[in-house]
Amino acid sequence: MILFNHVSKRHPGGFEALREISFEIGRGEMAFLTGHSGAGKSTVLRLIALLERASFGQIVVNGQNLSGISRRRLPYLRRSIGMVFQNHKLLYDRTVFDNVALPLVITGAGRDDIARRVHAALDKVGLLSKERAYPVTLSGGEQQRVGIARAVVHRPPLLLADEPTGNLDPELSREIMTLFQEFNQFGVSVLVATHDLELIRHLPHRILTLKDGRLVADSAAA
Amino acid sequence: MIRLFTRRRSGATPIPRSRSASPAPAAVRAPERAARRQRFAFSLKGYVAQHLQALFYSLGQMWRAPVATLMTAVVIGITLALPSVLYLVLEHAQQLSAGWGGGPQITLLLRQEVSDDAGRALAGRLRTWPAVTEAHAISRAEALEEFRQLSGFGAALDALGENPLPAVIALRLAADSGQAAKAAYEQLRALPEVERAEFEEQWLKRLHAIMHVVTRSVLMLAGLFAAAVLFIIGNTLRLAVQNRREEIEVVKLIGASDAFVRRPFLYSGMWYGTLGGICAWAMVSLALWLMSAPVQQLAGLYQSDFRLSGLGFNVILALVAGGALLGLLGAWLSVGRHLAHIEPS
Repeated sequence: MILFNHVSKRHPGGFEALREISFEIGRGEMAFLTGHSGAGKSTVLRLIALLERASFGQIVVNGQNLSGISRRRLPYLRRSIGMVFQNHKLLYDRTVFDNVALPLVITGAGRDDIARRVHAALDKVGLLSKERAYPVTLSGGEQQRVGIARAVVHRPPLLLADEPTGNLDPELSREIMTLFQEFNQFGVSVLVATHDLELIRHLPHRILTLKDGRLVADSAAA
Repeated sequence: MIRLFTRRRSGATPIPRSRSASPAPAAVRAPERAARRQRFAFSLKGYVAQHLQALFYSLGQMWRAPVATLMTAVVIGITLALPSVLYLVLEHAQQLSAGWGGGPQITLLLRQEVSDDAGRALAGRLRTWPAVTEAHAISRAEALEEFRQLSGFGAALDALGENPLPAVIALRLAADSGQAAKAAYEQLRALPEVERAEFEEQWLKRLHAIMHVVTRSVLMLAGLFAAAVLFIIGNTLRLAVQNRREEIEVVKLIGASDAFVRRPFLYSGMWYGTLGGICAWAMVSLALWLMSAPVQQLAGLYQSDFRLSGLGFNVILALVAGGALLGLLGAWLSVGRHLAHIEPS
């Protein structure tokens, strides 16, 4: 699903965010990306979603070589990826329903189809009763669940999450992780970047550890 | 539509013919084609849905800020109304000058010793000329009376004691070509009763030349004002793009195409232009209404039944549709450039 082959990322100014990273995450696999802040976790996710382009090396996502994707075709790559952010990135002038519907609206889905899928996604994250609410009226954990519903509503084969539990207490964090595990059981590949080792230590998934832009540990290889 | 295609597809299920050696291509191609058509129908439906969504979304955005929307529309309206008023002035001037059009006019000033009867007889004779369409004799007394009425110099004329005005024959020639008119003019000038013949073509030519210059100026001004509309709309939408920067970043992040992001702004531009056109229509109509009474009074003083005509359907259509087109163009020119700078980070 995701293949990194000797990938380096050098920012303008010379700072090397990633150095010679290589790993592969299979279809339907769930993995955690961990390390201290600044180790390069976010950079890895940003490269996968083409928010940045790699300086060196090859990245293949869902069978597509990212270096061959033009600006024009970039939106179609992003539609095959569901993304969850630490700060949710919701639109605060729209209802929960409209926020979750957004990935379907941009693909031109029909009204009935949108309603059906949004309800299914909201039901999955347990927020069906809040569909008419505005995000500001929700708690942090609920907003994050709206973000997750939005990330999966169009059934992408790949789900990326960048510090999804960053602002949540341990109880809520566990609930969020359980949600991700459930999506994984439906066949979605999941990659979660988190620094919360305590939370993921006991989960039966692969853990990739980054340090200063290098991949220093891979629990699957061990 | 979709149902239709589905049915046809199920009807075209490949049935292998026993005798045919290679039945596959033709039989397989049909459902494939049907499926492609179905995909097309589906994507067309999605396309229309997306446009409708952008259309209503942009309307909603404008509706939620009615004062700002109205102000922009009024500014565009004023900008469109100015050249429209100039155009109307020009059109009415052309209408007025058309009254002087037709064949060239010649005024024959008769010698003092020619009697009124002789003048009328001459006019009658001239009317039989093939080159002449109209000949109207005005006696000295009639000329004096007309002058007294129109000029208001009655008292001064009375003081003169004697009528200083010559008898006149007003002629209109049929000839449109300059040479035929010139020949008739020479013939008329040679008549023994005629003191002087005044050819009014020169004056008409000057008038037409002036109208030509004015028309060109109005066109140029209209071009300038159209450019102003483009800039007004471009600037309004630049601000709109900046205000919604965060939203644009989020939708790009989840895979919105540039076209999707651009679409509501293009519709906004079109709405602004349309509203501006409607404002211009209202303003010009108000101006016409305010001017109609004074113009009629002025025309009355010149013994003319000239009246301001209202805005024709074509002009209204040109204002509103032109406004919409300018709005769309202004949006298209501005939005694409500003959106390119916004990328999710």
